[in-house]
Amino acid sequence: MITTTGMMIVTIPMLDDFVIRAMIAGIGVALAAAPLGCFVVWRRMAYFGDATAHAAILGVALSLAFGVSVFIGALGVALAMGLLVTSLNGRGFGMDSMLGVLSHAALAVGLVAASFLQDVRIDLMAYLFGDILSVGRVDLAVIWGGAALVIILVGWRWSALLMATLNEDLAYAGGINPKREQLVLTLSLAVVVAVAIKIVGVLLIAALLIIPATAARPLVRSPEMMVIGAAIVGVISAVVGVQASLVFDTPTGPSIVCVATVLFVLGNVVGSWKLG
Amino acid sequence: MPLLSGNGSLKYLVEVSGLTVKAGNHTALSGVDFAISAGEIVTIIGPNGSGKTSLLRVIIGALKPVSGKVQRLENLSIGYVPQKLHIDPTLPLTAARFLGLPKRRPKAELAAALAQAGVSGIENRPLQGLSGGQFQRVLLARALLEKPDLLILDEPTTGLDQPGSAAFYQQIAAVRRDLGCAILMVSHELHVVMSASDRVICLNGHVCCHGTPEVVASAPEYRELFGSGTLGTLALYRHDHDHGHDDCDHTHAG
Repeated sequence: MITTTGMMIVTIPMLDDFVIRAMIAGIGVALAAAPLGCFVVWRRMAYFGDATAHAAILGVALSLAFGVSVFIGALGVALAMGLLVTSLNGRGFGMDSMLGVLSHAALAVGLVAASFLQDVRIDLMAYLFGDILSVGRVDLAVIWGGAALVIILVGWRWSALLMATLNEDLAYAGGINPKREQLVLTLSLAVVVAVAIKIVGVLLIAALLIIPATAARPLVRSPEMMVIGAAIVGVISAVVGVQASLVFDTPTGPSIVCVATVLFVLGNVVGSWKLG
Repeated sequence: MPLLSGNGSLKYLVEVSGLTVKAGNHTALSGVDFAISAGEIVTIIGPNGSGKTSLLRVIIGALKPVSGKVQRLENLSIGYVPQKLHIDPTLPLTAARFLGLPKRRPKAELAAALAQAGVSGIENRPLQGLSGGQFQRVLLARALLEKPDLLILDEPTTGLDQPGSAAFYQQIAAVRRDLGCAILMVSHELHVVMSASDRVICLNGHVCCHGTPEVVASAPEYRELFGSGTLGTLALYRHDHDHGHDDCDHTHAG
């Protein structure tokens, strides 16, 4: 296939192989998801991640309708959902039921909105479960750009984020505003969701956040090591998952999540063996 | 002494005036005046839901008052020991790493703070594996690292047994001897309050009564809130209490 972007971007022969591109994309998402996934686990935000990810399908439908980039649309709606959930937090709603409402409502509205798009043929499966094998060079640039942004943002705010996660009052007493740190996490989460849609789709993004972090937990003694462990699990899952999906002819996104799940079981078995 | 903030000079470390705080639709505090001077030990007592924690949270800046003024000395260093701190089991954190948040500190400094709080040598233990007493002391050590001018403790012995709690208060007394910092604490343990405080503030949505422990213990407001059963040890302090409390426009339960 001849692409105009191919001429603008320096041609690296290795990137001509769609399998290599898929792996590099998966690695990029795994690296961004590692630090954020740890915070999602520590702060018990799993359903928050789900709601944000599900909202992105509405973003996809909107961006196709208005002809803007899917990345921008998904990012915008995911961010809006994140801010909505944050602002509703502590206003007397039960958090889990409220997230249940928002998460599924966003998914349903997104699917309905997508059905109105008659001019655009939309491959819903690709957005629900990912389409990592179709990742192009521009996608790679977007994914790695987003990953770099998240890693820099979380790295910069690291200590403050940890303080805000531990205890809000301790953070305030130390001159840290936990509300601002929550905003950093919400923004990062929206970025990860937007770049991960192509890889695992909106339905499995939360898995990519939570499973590697939880797999690393039994083996580590510090928050920093947990992030590194989650990154290693994520990268292995991406590389092995892509290979496995080719060998067994299985859908790639779910295959990546399956590999991560196997590593989660291994991590916990080794962890309990170490302690026992 | 650090520089003074606000309009003109501030005599106190923290001065709060006309404070009203809401928690949702409920007014947690109304019209509260409060101040604490350098080196003073002030204890806040009051029934559950009387706004004790709200007052502390306003002072550390975690809660915005609906109205009223909060003034702090400029560069005032506050060490804060929260009432309870739940650390999620998914968060791997050793005592040393916890003490090094938000800024890393030299090992010797951490060891000294732990020793001062009475828990030497537990640097590499995971927080989740510490006993209640050890954990409270780690929280105290963390507050001490700030070299506080004002140490704020919110019911620091919740969940400790009687000897543990007594030992913890002795530790706090020792800390104050060493550092000379002011201490503001919320406590339910009236015998401790009465023996260790310079001043006691009895809170129930507003300041019910305040003064030296003896004055508060014999105030009718205090008796109504806490009954006379706890006053056994305080009989020695009883004295005539003849001033009025006409400014309190509330009725006490009981």
